[in-house]
Amino acid sequence: MLNVGKIEEGFVLDHIKAGKSLEIYRNLQLDKLDCTVAIIKNARSDKMGKKDILKVECDIDMLDLDVLAFIDHNITVNVIKNGEIVAKKELVLPRQIKNVIHCHNPRCITSIEQELPHIFFLADPEKEIYRCKYCEEKYTPSAKKPN
Amino acid sequence: MRHLMSPLDFTTSELDKLFDLANDIEHNPAKYAHACDGKIMATCFYEPSTRTRLSFESAMTRLGGSVIGFSDANSSSAAKGESVSDTIRVISCYADICAMRHFKEGAPMVASEKAEIPVINAGDGGHQHPTQTLTDLLTIRSLKGRLNNFTIGLCGDLKFGRTVHSLINALVRYDNIKFIFISPEELKVPDYITEMLKEKNIPYEEVIRLENVMPELDMLYMTRVQKERFFNEEDYMRLKDFYILDPAKMELAKDDMLVLHPLPRVNEISVEVDNDPRAAYFKQARYGVYVRMALILTLLELA
Repeated sequence: MLNVGKIEEGFVLDHIKAGKSLEIYRNLQLDKLDCTVAIIKNARSDKMGKKDILKVECDIDMLDLDVLAFIDHNITVNVIKNGEIVAKKELVLPRQIKNVIHCHNPRCITSIEQELPHIFFLADPEKEIYRCKYCEEKYTPSAKKPN
Repeated sequence: MRHLMSPLDFTTSELDKLFDLANDIEHNPAKYAHACDGKIMATCFYEPSTRTRLSFESAMTRLGGSVIGFSDANSSSAAKGESVSDTIRVISCYADICAMRHFKEGAPMVASEKAEIPVINAGDGGHQHPTQTLTDLLTIRSLKGRLNNFTIGLCGDLKFGRTVHSLINALVRYDNIKFIFISPEELKVPDYITEMLKEKNIPYEEVIRLENVMPELDMLYMTRVQKERFFNEEDYMRLKDFYILDPAKMELAKDDMLVLHPLPRVNEISVEVDNDPRAAYFKQARYGVYVRMALILTLLELA
């Protein structure tokens, strides 16, 4: 099995559904950050068979991880300090998500207005319903499909 | 600076103030005839809507202000591909307040985010039409003296009618309202509305025939049933008369019931009903001007 070294400070995102790590890499905008990232694809997992893992070496205040709760509840977030796991972060559904999913309502202004971000707000936390800020079109978890 | 995007942007006590002002304008028009002297309203209508646009223009003119604008997208810079964000930045240099109608849902909200002047949503596709809802509420409050304790029937196309959805959402904030939804099966009120009413323990009924519930109603809000909404001609022919209000159905109603309609009417209210004192739909159009006058004064902080 491939070994990737320990990180000193940052996050280990474990139990990512196999094949989804690049999507999460993009959604966390890791491509825009100057930090070390290890992407491990198809690691063996007793629980999941196969899984992906992301190791991110960065200041722990640098990343907003709440969007992970929207993408997949089952991801485990280990917070690392001085090379040790110091906490497991509880994921909370974000009140607002920006440019993670797109509004598919053809009547929505987001379909024609240049440079307009796709913003969804949490309309019903119990049912996990997000709605487009502009047209209020519903985005349900079953239809959840980050772009 | 405030904008109006949805009727729920104002609390019920803010709405009370707005309606008090509208009623004061109604009874003392001279007092407000110069309230907006020197002010300019831009009416940016990306799709035609004679009624709403004229109502805004009438409101601003009656307040002593003036109006500039365009009445369809082809006569605006949108035809050249200009974004709403850019248009409103420019309009902010020309006018003190803007009423915007757009065929895309959420366009007035985009405008409000970039504007340096108050923006009023004058209708955005099938999404919101808040000044129609404010008109409906003012009409009810002025003619009934209250916005609580009544049974309202909503009749016709309850599936696609945004005025109906918006009115329901606005009325649930008041006490002791019962809703009776009168529509064919194909045009029933959407599930998310009935679910919301259940959650809030607000009583409602769904029926197919208008005459069966007429005696119960304190108010009847009529909308048009369009032939093209039906799956087949046979169903349309069978059901269409259920949703036409005529003097025979009016005989079943209470003496003080109100008939409302957002207009334009086609044939869903027989013209013979127009002379019935309970027919309030033309008064409603007048209240539309008063409520827009009150809204302009409120958003310009001149009230």
